Amino acid sequence: MAALLTASLRQQARRFGASAPATKDITVTFIEPDGNEVEVTGEEGTNLMELAHENDVDLEGACEGACACSTCHVILDDKIFDELPEPTDEENDMLDLAFGLTDTSRLGCQVLLTPDMEGARIRLPSATRNFYVDGSKPAHH
Amino acid sequence: NSSKLGFPAFASFSTTRQLATDHNIAIVGGGAAGLYTASRILSKSPTTRIDIFEQLPTPQGLVRYGVAPDHPEVKNCTTKFNQVLQNPQVQFYGNIPVGTESDHECSVPLERLRSVYGGVVLAYGASRDRKLGIEGEDGCGSRVGVVSARLFVAWYNGLPEAQDVQLDLDSFDRVVIVGHGNVALDCARILLTDPNDLARTDITKRAVAALRKSNVRHVEMVGRRGPLQVSFTTKELREMTKLPGLEIICDRRLLESECAGEKGRRVLEASRPLKRMMDLLLKHSVDSNSPKPINENELGAGGVKGNKTFTLRFLLSPLRVLYNQVEEGLKAPQVMQFAVNRLSGPPESARAEATSEIVDIACCMALRSIGYASTPLVGAPFDHKRNIVPNIAGRVTVDQNDRNDLVPGLYVSGWVKRGPVGVIATTMQDAYRTADAVLMDMRDGNIGTGCRADIDNTLRSLGVDARRVSTEGWLRLEAYEAARGEKAGKPREKVTSVEEMLNIINQ
Repeated sequence: MAALLTASLRQQARRFGASAPATKDITVTFIEPDGNEVEVTGEEGTNLMELAHENDVDLEGACEGACACSTCHVILDDKIFDELPEPTDEENDMLDLAFGLTDTSRLGCQVLLTPDMEGARIRLPSATRNFYVDGSKPAHH
Repeated sequence: NSSKLGFPAFASFSTTRQLATDHNIAIVGGGAAGLYTASRILSKSPTTRIDIFEQLPTPQGLVRYGVAPDHPEVKNCTTKFNQVLQNPQVQFYGNIPVGTESDHECSVPLERLRSVYGGVVLAYGASRDRKLGIEGEDGCGSRVGVVSARLFVAWYNGLPEAQDVQLDLDSFDRVVIVGHGNVALDCARILLTDPNDLARTDITKRAVAALRKSNVRHVEMVGRRGPLQVSFTTKELREMTKLPGLEIICDRRLLESECAGEKGRRVLEASRPLKRMMDLLLKHSVDSNSPKPINENELGAGGVKGNKTFTLRFLLSPLRVLYNQVEEGLKAPQVMQFAVNRLSGPPESARAEATSEIVDIACCMALRSIGYASTPLVGAPFDHKRNIVPNIAGRVTVDQNDRNDLVPGLYVSGWVKRGPVGVIATTMQDAYRTADAVLMDMRDGNIGTGCRADIDNTLRSLGVDARRVSTEGWLRLEAYEAARGEKAGKPREKVTSVEEMLNIINQ
């Protein structure tokens, strides 16, 4: 909830031209599971989960950015992924549980917008898991 | 857009439409599954009316009574849960059981709900657990035998019906936990964490007091199979490595041979999570094969007198609990006897086969953590083999002459749909898929809308209105718990009796 409040305050500041620190606006594209592309612009330092929520992009965030779930799982392209700082052990532990984990997966709430990410394409993995197949490996709890 | 695909079932519902007549949906169970189902239905069909029935006065289910007290961030999902409960389209009917068998609880029969609502979603989870089925399991006199880990967790989390569970944390220094999942690890961690640290969480006051008094210094977590078949996850194991003064012990020879073998290397290469976990265990464990003598007076790291230990034991299956082992100097009230297993088959599906070798572990108490289990609801189908409500993609089915017929207007979400496995994120996605089925059926006219006047009359005639806890009542209880907690330096001090909850709510 706090993340959403901060984000909306930032949006309001921008709209009313309130003086804000000179941070860059960065434009990236979210690709939703059904292929729909959403181009969004956000302030440097916003995390990808907040950015998605600010723009009604269909990305979950059950633990609200606390690195305690895997629902904000996003897939980046190789170049952006390689340039980002390494995930912490804690983020990797949660990524281990994400459905459809790839070599360029990150938790959206742990990735902050930087100028280097201008033009980045961020894929939202399909969350549909085929639960109905017998013999599928049980998940954890 | 699912309407383009031409087939129903597994497509995700992606259009937002205003339906001609608003539907009335009932959800049985106010935990994560029920609340996420409601949330998804409302996000795509905002004028649907949803009534959530929950047998406890409190919603949230295992998020309140299962998630460990030292995992508060995991409970952040409750912000969204409260938003759902406060949606004007939603009514919370807390303290109202549905389809339970006992007469005195004034339970609402499921058929009454099905007759007045357009659709009913069963999301009532798993409220019992699997027993070991061994001799001596239920204790002997004052010796507690094997206690359900589910109950132990519910106890320290304040579930009213778990408050008088019989535990023994005092008569000896060792607890055995049977099971290699995250629930077992949670229990071990709570038993081995400094109670002063726990006192700052929302663990109950009574649990902190009991843990301060506890003489437990050693926890042995025992599993049937080997290191490559454990079900717990790296995050929880990492937390154990960070407990000050705790020594993690396991059979490193077994661990190394399992990981280095040809089959082991193959499965580790294919599974990043398993590889990371084995690396963590290799890095932080000491070998049980060459134990250093434990000096009772030696101060461990963090100044704790006498090293606490956490031992991971593999390839052991419980045989029986013995109470009459008379051994010179043995102070323990009970001894758990295990058969030593050997593994056969590939690591991904290894089978444990008992050898004739037997191992004894003395303890004050054992916890069994081998899985939760759902129970049947009167008026709904139930698969007694798999302990779930039979369904196809969340639509309930009934086995009729070897055919699986859909039961119209009846749906299922969460653990009672797929079995008691999965974290909150899994349940969220599962609930969304069921919600999509409901949305599709509403859109296609496959279910009726139900009738609000009939619903109101039915609930009134059953005395539900008089007994129920509403959203407003729940929020009042929540605020009360937060205020009490603030005085004690914790996020909340939970009320642990239904009677006290209702008194606070009805004031």
